Amino acid sequence: MVLLWGSNAREAHPIYFHHVLKGLDNGTKMYAVDPRRTSSTKFADAWLGLNVGTDIALANAVGREIIAADLHNKEFIAHATQGFEQYQAAVEEYTLENTETITGVPAEAIREMAHVYAAAGTAQILWTLGITEHHNAVENVLSLCNLALLTGHVGRWGSGLVPLRGQNNVQGGGDMGSLPNKFPGFQDIGDPTAQAKFEATYGMRLPAKPGLHLTLMFEAMERGEIKGLYVIGENPADSEADVAHARKVLSGLDILVVQDILMTRTARSADVVLPAAVGWAESEGTVTSSERRVQRVRPAVSPPGLARQDTDIIGDLANRLGVDWGNPTPQELWDELRSLSPMHAGMSWERLESAGGLQWPCRDLEDPGSPFLHGWLWAEDLEGREPAPFSVCQHEGPKEKLSAEFPLRLTTGRALDSYNTGVQSGGFASPIRYGDSIDINPTDAHALGLADGQRVRVCSPRGSIETKVRIQPDIPVGLTFTTFHFPELIDVNQLTNPEWDRRSGTAEFKAAAIRIEHLHSNGAKPMTDDPALDLERTTEPANG
Amino acid sequence: MTITEVSVSLTINGRAVSVPQGTSLLAACESIGIETPTLCWAENLTPVNVCRVCVVEVEGSRALVPSCARAAEENMVVHTESPRVRHSRKMVLEFLGSSTDLSQASDLAVWMRHYQADPNRYGQTDVPAERIVEEPKVQDDLYVRDYDKCVLCYKCVEACGDDAQHTYAIAVSGRGFNSRISTEFDTVLPDSACVYCGNCIGVCPTGAIQFKTEFDMRAVGDWRPESQDVTTTVCSFCGVGCNLELHTQDNKIVKVTSPADHSVTHGHLCIKGRFGWQYVQPPTVSPRD
Repeated sequence: MVLLWGSNAREAHPIYFHHVLKGLDNGTKMYAVDPRRTSSTKFADAWLGLNVGTDIALANAVGREIIAADLHNKEFIAHATQGFEQYQAAVEEYTLENTETITGVPAEAIREMAHVYAAAGTAQILWTLGITEHHNAVENVLSLCNLALLTGHVGRWGSGLVPLRGQNNVQGGGDMGSLPNKFPGFQDIGDPTAQAKFEATYGMRLPAKPGLHLTLMFEAMERGEIKGLYVIGENPADSEADVAHARKVLSGLDILVVQDILMTRTARSADVVLPAAVGWAESEGTVTSSERRVQRVRPAVSPPGLARQDTDIIGDLANRLGVDWGNPTPQELWDELRSLSPMHAGMSWERLESAGGLQWPCRDLEDPGSPFLHGWLWAEDLEGREPAPFSVCQHEGPKEKLSAEFPLRLTTGRALDSYNTGVQSGGFASPIRYGDSIDINPTDAHALGLADGQRVRVCSPRGSIETKVRIQPDIPVGLTFTTFHFPELIDVNQLTNPEWDRRSGTAEFKAAAIRIEHLHSNGAKPMTDDPALDLERTTEPANG
Repeated sequence: MTITEVSVSLTINGRAVSVPQGTSLLAACESIGIETPTLCWAENLTPVNVCRVCVVEVEGSRALVPSCARAAEENMVVHTESPRVRHSRKMVLEFLGSSTDLSQASDLAVWMRHYQADPNRYGQTDVPAERIVEEPKVQDDLYVRDYDKCVLCYKCVEACGDDAQHTYAIAVSGRGFNSRISTEFDTVLPDSACVYCGNCIGVCPTGAIQFKTEFDMRAVGDWRPESQDVTTTVCSFCGVGCNLELHTQDNKIVKVTSPADHSVTHGHLCIKGRFGWQYVQPPTVSPRD
């Protein structure tokens, strides 16, 4: 049984979805939870179209129903978990009827999904940003983890919790310590053993206090505490929530350095641009996929013009700053990582080549790698660990409530043929491109007197943009949707809500309140939806 | 097909062979070094038994059997080079070659020579054998359908449907010689259900469906497989970890495939992985229509 929750994998992770489809062909049941009737939900046995931001209520109701129907795995709960009584008490108020009112999902559909999930021999919960791009992202995730703990659908072959990663190396970035509170291999900054090990290898004192994540960096920039920013392969001038504010903050920096493969909006506003080689097609190295599989990337073409390898640029920069890091090869850098990160220790360059990829943890050269984590939950002694805790999570809903002034909900997501701010996917002429408009239900369009393709003004408490309307019966009444792939055409992040989760640092991209206005002939811009995009590869460094 | 540890013993061309139960005759042949021509078979697709080019003779069986789909059985006696098999394979190749353009089906050329197949012996001096002659369908910047080359092997239909993509944008329409792989109501591709994963290109054995880049380069005589390199790397567009094979010529990516034996993709990609590489090099098309 597959519970697809806040994920449009058919479009955002198409090849992963092939595996899901194979399961469905073999008789697996799928329940899809999403505010939109996405192309993924159309493959499901049932689509539960919940109101945006009511995931915790729905998850708690599923949990309550499983307990009420006596379908929870009492043996597993006693063996491997803690905090069940508190959880049971906390979900008590989430009756099917109450939850139908909160979520808009019929009580019978919730009941059915709960029973099918609990009774399944194996079951997986798959999610993506529909769960994590909320101000209470971590609680959303924990409310799903509760269901796995309740039923024992975790840590076993075929069962588990599956967050699908959105970028080819976002997992690898974390693995390598590109997190403010971690060394490579998820070892804690400030942990004396780890601190001593890394300081000995790097030959210098390292800060023992965690740094700032991106959201906190923006706050520090705003306060003037950070005056310079070095951006590598990120386009925050298009991708941040409340992006007009983010652009203002970036423009107030003393210096902005951007290292990228294309002249993004962020690069265009930089003081210095360092043209870089394309990671997956012009460089040697590794990336780590959603299933913790480390795989080699290899150069197929040479970088154009003056574009250089990221490692060379960083090494030269260090040199100018007075530190000599030598000229290590990608393999030497990898071997250094293996010497410092126990979970990568068994992944020799040669094994990565011959095995076609290995999944961490892979602790020594004999270790075949780990297809799934959390098998310890089933070990007799829990491998010496503490039992897994249930979490009490309460429904809160989106930070920004709908109002008379802003009566429609806006949510964002990906389209099949596009990617993030469109920097890369804008490079090919897709015949099926969509997402440069705001999708609205026919009923709402009728009430507002809007025709398909009509240009409108969309306003949120943070700003307003001009775009066109696409009438879409798959969007429920009261909801609107657009992608974030075409900031030149629909600058949606001027509308999105920057309220962010205190634990993950992620903004509430999925839930803003908006209104749609007719354009008046006075002051309306001429109708055009085709501004030229200048995203050709940079061949020369730009200064000034 | 479930392959269990139970094994079966059979005889192929007089040699005793033992293979796990459920193994196809094709795989059994391969296990002892016997090569077999195939057209509609692929390791990442379910056999559909339409091309008949892989047939073998099984003693006791009235008709020749397709080796790709028939499982090995205990005490089977199989012949792969008997006069019946050679004759059948030769005629299948001749029929296909007489009606379609197999010039880009490089694997088949070897077998045509092997069986001395002569497609030109059909038809008469003044009345040539009937051929499919159609203008290639060029309806977008990503791929081209050239029906002169289509042998109706169904691979594209399978890859678009149950075997991978589950989009069901194409099927066979028409009857007899007028059968064609078609979109719904023969609508142009951009208006059809097609999602441009290009998995049909990935499995096409004859070049009937091919990248627009390849089509354009061939048109000006610049398609040079002998000077192309293939580099395996990982796609940049999501976290699934699909392996890409970048085919490059003169330091430019000209085509993208994925290994059929890669456990993540099984050879299949999405539109971004298959076509989204163009930002890496100066674009040959405008970024947006």
